Order: sequence, then C-alpha cells, then structure tokens
Amino acid sequence: MAWSLVVLLIAPVTVSLACLWMPVRVAQALSVASGALTVAMVTILVPAPTTTALGGWLRVDALSVVFLVAVAFLYLATALFAVGYVRPAVGTRYGRRFFAGFNLFAWAMVITPVVNGLALLWVAVEVTTVVSALLVAIDDTDRAAEASWKYLLIASMGLGIALLATVVMYYAGSTVFGGSYQLFYPKLMAGATHFPAPVVRLSFVLAVLGYGTKMGLVPVHTWLPDAHSEAPTPVSALLSGALLAVSFYAILRFYQVSVRAIGPAFPRNVLLGLGVASLALAALYLASQRDLKRLLAYSSIEHMGVLAIGMSFSAPIAVVGVLLHVLAHAAAKGTAFFGAGSAVRKFGTKDLGSIRGGIGVLPWSGPMLVLAMLGLCAMPPFGIFRSEFLIVSGGLSDPKDAIGAVLVVLVTLGTLGLSWFAGQTMLGSVPEGTVRGETSRFIVASMVLGLVALAVLGVHPPAQLSNLLARAAGELR
Amino acid sequence: MVAAMNAPSTFTGGSEAIALAVLLTEFAMLRAPLSRSQVRLYALQSLAVSGLALFVAITKHLDALYALAALSFVLKVVVVPRIVIRFLRESRVELVASHRLGVASMVLISVVAAAFGFFVVGSLPIHAKFLPTPSFGLAGAEILVAFLLVILRSDVVSQAVGFFSLENGVSVASLVIAAGLPLILEMVLLFDLLVAVVVFGVLIRVHHGRTQTLSTDPLEQLRG
Repeated sequence: MAWSLVVLLIAPVTVSLACLWMPVRVAQALSVASGALTVAMVTILVPAPTTTALGGWLRVDALSVVFLVAVAFLYLATALFAVGYVRPAVGTRYGRRFFAGFNLFAWAMVITPVVNGLALLWVAVEVTTVVSALLVAIDDTDRAAEASWKYLLIASMGLGIALLATVVMYYAGSTVFGGSYQLFYPKLMAGATHFPAPVVRLSFVLAVLGYGTKMGLVPVHTWLPDAHSEAPTPVSALLSGALLAVSFYAILRFYQVSVRAIGPAFPRNVLLGLGVASLALAALYLASQRDLKRLLAYSSIEHMGVLAIGMSFSAPIAVVGVLLHVLAHAAAKGTAFFGAGSAVRKFGTKDLGSIRGGIGVLPWSGPMLVLAMLGLCAMPPFGIFRSEFLIVSGGLSDPKDAIGAVLVVLVTLGTLGLSWFAGQTMLGSVPEGTVRGETSRFIVASMVLGLVALAVLGVHPPAQLSNLLARAAGELR
Repeated sequence: MVAAMNAPSTFTGGSEAIALAVLLTEFAMLRAPLSRSQVRLYALQSLAVSGLALFVAITKHLDALYALAALSFVLKVVVVPRIVIRFLRESRVELVASHRLGVASMVLISVVAAAFGFFVVGSLPIHAKFLPTPSFGLAGAEILVAFLLVILRSDVVSQAVGFFSLENGVSVASLVIAAGLPLILEMVLLFDLLVAVVVFGVLIRVHHGRTQTLSTDPLEQLRG
C-alpha cells in the first residue's frame, strides 16, 4: 500500500495551504475531511504494516503504524473539536491562520513516523516544533507569547542535542558502512551489531536528552506545562496526545538500534532513571495545581514517565503495554482537553477554584470530562487501566524490575490529584447565573469519539490492533 | 628531525585553527554588549564553518562538501544575519545590557565549561576520518558555550543567536566525524535551520511588539 504513504505525505499539507485562502467554514470542513482521510489511510496499513514508497525515503513498519494510529485518530477528533471551538465569528484572518497551522502541525506529526531514517526523523520533529510554537502564540496574549518563546527556545536547544545524537550515530554506522551512506532504519539495524559500543551509548544518551526535551521528561520538561496551558485547546490536545508520543517514537528508534548494538541493559537503565524522575515530580505537582490545563499537562509528564519506565522492563508484555499506553493516552488526554476546553469556554476561566458544578452546567461534556479523568487515573474499564496493568505485570514478572511496585505507588499518587480535581469541579453546586447547556455539538461529538476509543481499548481492543501491538513490540526486542 | 616529524601537517594545523576560531567567536558573542555585534560575530563564525567545509572539500576531494560550503555560506553568513540585523534596525534597539553575571565571571564559567567539553568529548574513542580528532573536542566545547550564551544572556536576540551558534557547533562536529553525510540530508538540515530562523524572527517580533524591549525580564508570568 505504498500509495497510502504518499497520500499521508500530501493530504494534510495540501489542506493546510488551502486553508489560507478558503472561508473559515470551508477550512473547518477540509480539516475534518483531512483527518478522516488520514485515519482511513492508516487503517489500511494496520493489517500489513511494513511498506515502503518513494525509493525507500518513506517507510513504515509495525512500530511506525502504532504511532500513526495515535496521531491520525487524534487529528480527526481534534479537527471535529476545533470546528466547535474556533467559530467563524472569531474572524477570517485568525480562522484561516489557525486551520492552516493546525493541519500543518498534524502533517508534521503524521510524517514523523513515515519518513525512513534518523536524519529525516530529526527534520520532521523540528518542523513539529516550529509550527506548534507559532500555534501556541496564536492567541496573541502576553502569557501565550511567553510560553511560545520558552517552548521554541528549550525545544530547539534540545533538538540541537538530538541532531548531535544523529551525527554520532552516523559516525557509528560509518565504521561499518564506510564514509557515505543513508541513515535508513533497516540499514542501521542490519549493521548495528558491529557498531562501536561507547559511541552508540553516547548517541543514545544524547538522543534521550534531546528528544526527551520534546517528550517532556524531567528535568528537561519545563516548557511543557506553560505551552499546554496557554495554547488554544485544540493545540493543547495535539501537543499532549500526539506530539509527546512522536517524540517518544524518535527515542524508540534510537533505542531499537542501541539494543541491537550494545544490548538492552544500558538503554533500559537510562530510560528508567528519567522515567522515575518524571513520574515522581509529576505526581508531586499534580496535587497542587490550580489551573485546569496545567493539571492535564502535568498528567502528561506523569504518563510519559510511565512509558519510559515501561520500556525499562525486560518482559515483552510490558512493551506491549507501553505501545497500548501510547494509544490510550492519546484518546484519554485528547478527550480530557476537549472537556477542559468546553469547561473553560463555559465558565470563562481555567482556575479550578472558580469552576463548579460542571456536570450540572454541561450535561454531556461535563460527565464525559469526569470519565476521561477517571480514564487518565487508570480506572477500569478504560484503555489506560489495561495498558498500565500490562506494564506493571511485566515489571513484577522479573525480580530485577521491582521498580514496578514503586510505579504503582507513584501512579496512585498522581491519580489522587486528578480524582480530587474531578470531585471538586464537576460535582459541586452550580454557580448562580450560569446558563445550562453545551457550547457546541461538535465538542460533544469529539468527546464521544475519544471516550468510545478509550473504552474499546480497555474492554476489547480489535484483534488486528492487538496483532499490530505484538508485532511492534517484537520489533523493539 | 624528530621535531619535524611531530609537527602537525598544514591540513591538521589549518583545520584545527578554524575549529578554534569557531570556539573563540562563541566566547566573543558571550561578552559582546551589542546585539548587532553578536549577529556579526555569528556571521563570522558561520564563515569559519563554511571555510572549514571548503577546506575539507579541497584537501580530501569530497565534491559534495563544495555544495554544502556554498549553501552554508549563503544561508548562515548572508541570509540569517541580514534577517536579524534588519529586524534590529526596524526595532531601533541597539544596546542590550543583558548579562546575568559580570563579563569576567561569565567568561570564567565558560572557560571551565569549554575545557570540560574539550577533554570529555576528546577522550571518547572516536577517530575521525577526514579531520583531526581534537576538532571534535573543540566542537563539544563550542556547544557547551552556546548553551551558556542562552543561559547567561537575558535578551531574545542573544538567546536566538545562541541556538543558531549551537547549530554551528553541531556542523563542526558533523564535518569532523560525519563528513560523508549525504548532500541531500545536509541540504534538508540547512533548510530546516532557515525555517527555524524565520520562526525565531517572528516570535522576537511578537515579543518586541508586546513589551517594547528585547529583554527577557518581562517573561516571568509562567514558571514551568
């Protein structure tokens, strides 16, 4: 299905350009259509994921397709949400810019798992940074401008380190392939066993630090709460559910080569250290947040910590859990941000102290926000319960991975913070003068889509998806 | 006779001198009081990097590096500095007193960082094929000083220039240990840098438009 890769390369960027000239309503419709087309193309790839196109410059395997599923699904759901969130009344100039940037951002995240090789991977991740930095600033407030500058600067410095990691890995490969060769994944994997171990170690550490900056791993996470809280809500949803995931994908590509070259012990220890730090810090910060969107941002750091720790476990079931967690987190965090956007629009504030009685005021999105929060807290029957169950089972199956027990405790701590929020803001009495009703049926539709996906992932994931996860986990061993 | 045998060749001496010039311009950027001077120093540093690429292309007969040197010259010596200086001219901001520490303290810290980078990176078991291996240590030192430039200067132009010069450090590292990187990839990487420069420029304009200053001191509402 090589043509599906070409469609993925062309469709969202074409829509992005078209949005610059079209009326806002047409831009909205085109964005939803592009999201649906992307989901369709990715669905075609699920049963037979290994595909190449354009002379090998585009290539996907099971690992790529797992991340494509997460990005494509969230692209579609967020496009639906954006139709309700960005009304034509906001002005033609803003609307056109927003939808052009939105589709370009989605395109950059779609092509990240599609391009073949570490150098193009870096280019794609850098494009996600520059486009999303502009989107964070699009609301033109002091706080948005500040968040955007800090995000661009910190992420770009991190990506500078990631570029150095790529150069160092190129050197490692040149000891086997000679002075000039392409950094394609299959070639690297084929020669990795002969790469010099110290050089691969250096490259892996640099990659984790560099791409970890974009993934939000502690201590290089500081841009994340600011950017997530100040960006327009559709952008926050994409940042959290998709951008962090594709940054993790970049780390996994280095992990794959490193495991083949030097064995699993060193890469796992590096990920374990940063994962534990991320989980611990996020769990501590979660309980003290007063801003709804910052709360969700710290929840993202917590879940990125879970991913890193899961990859440090030796049991294959933990790796399957990690990949399922990528999908479930995309669905849950997208839905939670959609609900947060609905609440912020209704109450006119992000302050948790001022949002009361959400269930009474927002008859659909209020309860669905509570459900999404419970999903993020790893409550059954949602997908994150299943994925964390697999990760912790994997951790406990090997005595050396006793950190699994610590993981359970820390995640529970993080869960408490989110549960506390849900009780506070959604179940209290409705403030006087607040009009009951949803702000948009498109917002409700996007949340229904997210919750259904989250429940399906928890209750009974489709067989083809389970096969895909198993294959992708096999590729990482 | 022995001394003659141990003396570095013209190629080794020339290439190491250029790599050292890249590091020294980074120090000059760190202490330069004027934003305009910093941008000119960046242009000078980029000229050294382009010159290094040309030097390797001529001496090692790597044809792809001619194109890389030319493209690097056009983008990093001409286009990027012109974009930033044009903005500075429009904003009519020249002197930016943005040193977080005294100049002497900043330079001392940077010397320590550069020495650390040089010796740690230099001790790695990396044996460059086209350039003398110590140049890789110099690139490591330059990257660390670029980080300090971003940390120790509190104005948006210095911080942007810090990022651009970090990329120059990575370019030197790339020339030392990955000179054979396919030209198409090098071109894509440079184009990507250009896009980043434009976005930095847009956000610098947004910042200046909102605060009427290039200082980052007003950016204190958000705490990470």
